[in-house]
Amino acid sequence: MSTPPAKIHNVPMGEGPSGRAPKGVGPARIGIYAFLVISALFFLLPLYVMIVTSIKPMEEIRLGGLFTLPTTITFEPWAKAWSSACTGLDCRGISPGFWNSVKILVPSVFCSIFVGALTGYALSFWRVRCANLLFAALLLGAFLPYQVFIYPLVRIYSATGLFSTIYALVLTHVIFGLPVMTLLFRNYYAGIPIDLFKAARVDGGRFFSIFFRLMLPMSIPMLVVAVILQVTGIWNDFIMGLTFGGLANRPMTVQLTNLVAPTEGEIAYNVNMAATIMTAAVPLIVYFVSGRWFVRGIAAGAVKG
Amino acid sequence: MSSVSIRNLQISFGVLNVLEKLNLEVEEGEFLVLLGPSGCGKSTLLNAIAGLLDIAEGQIWIGDRNVTWSEPHERGIGMVFQSYALYPRLTVEANLSFGLKMSGMPKAEIARRVSEAARILQLEPLLQRQPAQLSGGQRQRVAIGRALVRDAKVLLFDEPLSNLDAKLRTELRVEIKRLHKRLGSTMIFVTHDQVEALTLADRVAVMHKGVIQQLATPKEIYQRPVNRFVAGFVGSPQMNFLPGTLVRKDAGASFRLAGGSEIDLTGYEFSRPFHDRQNATLGLRPEQAQLRRSEQHSARLEAIFTIEEPMGPDTLLWGTLAGENFSVRISSDQAASIGAPIGIHVNIAQASLFDEAGDRL
Amino acid sequence: MKQRPIRWSVYAGLTPAILIVVFAYIGTIIWTVGISFTDSRMLPVARFAGFNQYVRLFATERWLTSVQNMVIVGVLMIAISLALGFLLAVALDQRIRAEGFLRTIILYPYAMSFIVTGLVWQWILNPTLGIEQTVRGWGFENFRFDWIIQKETAIYCVVLAAVWHAAGLVMAIMLAGLRGIDQDLWKASRIDGIKPWRFYWHIVVPILRPSFISATVLLSLGVVKLYDLVLVLTGGGPGFSSDVPAKFVMDYLFQRQNIGLATAAATTLLITVLCALTPWLYAEYFRAEKRKD
Repeated sequence: MSTPPAKIHNVPMGEGPSGRAPKGVGPARIGIYAFLVISALFFLLPLYVMIVTSIKPMEEIRLGGLFTLPTTITFEPWAKAWSSACTGLDCRGISPGFWNSVKILVPSVFCSIFVGALTGYALSFWRVRCANLLFAALLLGAFLPYQVFIYPLVRIYSATGLFSTIYALVLTHVIFGLPVMTLLFRNYYAGIPIDLFKAARVDGGRFFSIFFRLMLPMSIPMLVVAVILQVTGIWNDFIMGLTFGGLANRPMTVQLTNLVAPTEGEIAYNVNMAATIMTAAVPLIVYFVSGRWFVRGIAAGAVKG
Repeated sequence: MSSVSIRNLQISFGVLNVLEKLNLEVEEGEFLVLLGPSGCGKSTLLNAIAGLLDIAEGQIWIGDRNVTWSEPHERGIGMVFQSYALYPRLTVEANLSFGLKMSGMPKAEIARRVSEAARILQLEPLLQRQPAQLSGGQRQRVAIGRALVRDAKVLLFDEPLSNLDAKLRTELRVEIKRLHKRLGSTMIFVTHDQVEALTLADRVAVMHKGVIQQLATPKEIYQRPVNRFVAGFVGSPQMNFLPGTLVRKDAGASFRLAGGSEIDLTGYEFSRPFHDRQNATLGLRPEQAQLRRSEQHSARLEAIFTIEEPMGPDTLLWGTLAGENFSVRISSDQAASIGAPIGIHVNIAQASLFDEAGDRL
Repeated sequence: MKQRPIRWSVYAGLTPAILIVVFAYIGTIIWTVGISFTDSRMLPVARFAGFNQYVRLFATERWLTSVQNMVIVGVLMIAISLALGFLLAVALDQRIRAEGFLRTIILYPYAMSFIVTGLVWQWILNPTLGIEQTVRGWGFENFRFDWIIQKETAIYCVVLAAVWHAAGLVMAIMLAGLRGIDQDLWKASRIDGIKPWRFYWHIVVPILRPSFISATVLLSLGVVKLYDLVLVLTGGGPGFSSDVPAKFVMDYLFQRQNIGLATAAATTLLITVLCALTPWLYAEYFRAEKRKD
C-alpha cells in the first residue's frame, strides 16, 4: 500500500469493551418465547386430543381424562371408522364419503381453475366491454353468503335433472370458485409485462393460442397455488355437499357429521375421532407438504388488489 | 466533531468472515468515502460503526469513547439510508422530531432543532407534507435532516444517492459537500459510484473482498493506484492494461510489449525493486495517451482505432494496441483517422506498472 | 374488420364467467329477493305480500337472537383474532429459533374444515368428556366449565373455536406485511433510539393498515358465512341461543319449509353485506386502478 498512515498497523487496543457484546437472555426474550410456546400448545391441543383419543380403547376413555396419553394403543378404532362404523343402518364406515369427496374434488378443481384462469386472462390482457362490471359482479359471488343463492340453485338443478348428481356439485364448485380463481389469475397476469403479450400479438397469436401456448405454461406457480387453495376449499366444503349432493354423493364432511351424530347407546369417541382425523387428513397433508405455497395461496386468496 | 477509529475489526456471518482484522482511522471533520463493488464489505463496515450489527472482534471508538458495545442511539451518530427510511404516514416535521420526542427532549428544543435543520436543507415549505408526496431528492433531504436534528458528531451515509436519477444525484452531491463545509462534522459515506467518491472525499478507502485496498486522497487513488483492482475499479472508461515484460537496461529499465515493441521507462518512479525479465502489466488511463506529442511524452506506441465516440468536451477512441483493447481520450477539436495504424504518445511518469500479483511496482 | 374474429373469441372465452354471473349470481339474487316479497311457505307462490315477511322476520325472536349472535361473534372473534394474530406475527419476527415450526403449528387450523374444528372443540368443551371432566379428575370436584351447555355462554364457545381456526391466518397476513417493511426503517429507529414497542405502535401498525383491513374483511366474510361450525359445535343451541343468521336461513329453507321467511332473512343478510363491503371494494379494486392509468 502506498500511503497507509503509519499508525494503522500497530494500534494499541484501548481500554474497555472489545469484540462481541455479551448477550444476556433478557426478560423480554423469555416473555416472547413463553407467549409463543403457550400459543403453540393452544393450537396443538385439538390435534393432540384427536390423535390420542383415536388410539385409546373405549374402556380407557370411559375412565375419563381426554388429555392423558393412552396406556394401551389400539388401531382398531381407525379400522372401524374407515370401513365398518355405522351411520344409521349403513355400516360401511367413512370410506364411501372419502371416495365421494375424491370424485367431486378432481373434476371440480380442474374445471374451476381452468375457467378462473381463462377469465383472469381475458380480463387482464384484452379490452372487454363492461369488464369492470363483470369483475364487480364476480366479487359479489366471492363476498355474498351462499344462503342468498342456494334456494334458486336447488330449483334450477331440480328442473334440469342435475340435483343429487356429481355434476351439480362440480358445477356449484365452479360457480363459487370462480371469483377467487379469477382474482388469483388476474393479479398474477397483472404482474406479467404487457410487452410480452404485445409481442405475442405481433407474432400472430390469437386469444386462445396465446392463452394455451404462452400464458398457461407461464402460470405454473399460480396453478400450484390454485390447486392447493381449491383442494383444501372443496374438500372442506360442507354446505354444498349437504344441499346439492343428495344421499348418494355425500362428501366426507357430510358423512362425518352423520357418523358422529349421537345415536342410542354409548358414543364411540375413539372411532369418531379417528374418522375426524381421516376427514382432516387430505387438507392437512396438502398443508404440511406445500408449506410456503399454502401461505402464498392465502396471501393471494386474501383478495388483495 | 469526533474522530472514528476502527481497531482490528472482525465481522462474520456464520462461518464467513466478511471483514477481517480491519483497521481504519477517520480524522475529526474528515469526509471519508468507502468505495467498492457490491459485496465488498463497505456497508457492513458502516453498519458496524453505527452499531447495527454484531461484531465478532475488535473495537470501535468514536471520539474518545469506546462504543463497541453501545447501542446505536448512544453513539452520537446520524445515518442516512439508500431507501431514505422515512417513517411513512408521518409528516416531514414529525419525521424530523420523532426520535427526539421519543427520547423526551423538551418541546422548545425540538422545535429549535427542527427549524434549524429545515432551514439548512430548505425543507421549510415541505414540513407538513407526507413522505409519499415528496420527490426522491426531497425525501433524501428529509432523511439527512433527521440525522442533523440529532446533533450528531458523525454522519454516516449508506449509498444515499443511489436511488436518485442522474440530475438529482449531481445536485444532492453538491449539497452534501456544502453541508460538510458548513457543519464540519465527520462524515463517512458509502458508495459504489467512483464519481461520488472522487468528488466528495477528503480521503477514499477502496474496498474489495472485505479488505481496504487503498486509503488515500482521491487524486492519489486515481493517479497512483496501489494495485490492479483499484486501477481498474476507479476511472471511466477503465484504465488500459497492456501485458509485457520488464527489461533491465544499464541506466534504467524498459517495458517490452507482447508485440515486441519496447517502451523506455525513464521517468517512472518504481515503488519497489523488480528483477529482469519479470512479467508485468502496464496501466495507462485513456487520457494518459495522446495523439499529439508534447514535452512530457516520452514514448510512442502504435494503435488502430475502429470507433469514435464524441462525448462533448472530449472524444473517446476505441481500438487495439498490441492485440489488447485500448481506448484514448482526446480533446474534441482533434481528429483521428479511423481504421489505419496511428501513433500515440505516452507520458510514462503518469503510468502505472503492476506485477503478476497485481500490485504496483 | 380484421379485429372481428379476435373479439369474438374473447367473448367465447368469457362465456362461462358471463353465464355464471348472469344466471348463478344475478339471476338467483333476483329470484331470492323476489320470493321474499311473496307469502310463499313450502312452495313459492307468486302472490305479492309486500314487506310482510320482513315484518314477521323481525318479530321472530330466533332471528333477533341469531343477528345478535352474529354481532357478538363478529366483534369478539375479529378483535381477538387480529390482536392474537398480530402479536404472534410480531413475536415470530424477532429472530426466533424454530420459527418455521411454530409458524406451521399456528397456521395448521386454517387448513382444517369448520366441521372438523367444530367437532373437536365440541368434544373438548363437553363437560362430561373434556376440560371440566379432566380438571375434576385432578381432584377439583367443584370445577365448572360448561359454557357450551349454557344458553348465555354457548356463543362464546363459537368465538373460541373460530379464533382457534382463524388466528393463524391473521398471523400469516401480518407476518408477510412485517417482512415487507424496509429493513432500513428498523435501523433508522435504532439510531433514533426509539423503543421497540413504540416503534411497533407508532410506525409498524400504521404501515400494516392494509394488512389489518384485508384481514378484517376476510374474517367478517367468515362471520357472515358462519354455518358449519355452529351446526356441529352447538347445533345452534341450547334451544336456539347460539343460532346464527346463515343457519337460520338454512333451517327455514330446508327443515321448516318456510321459504318466504328464509329468503327475507337471506335478503337482509345480502343488504347488510353490500352496505358494509361496497365502499371497501370500490376503494380496493376500482379507485386504485384509475390511479394507475
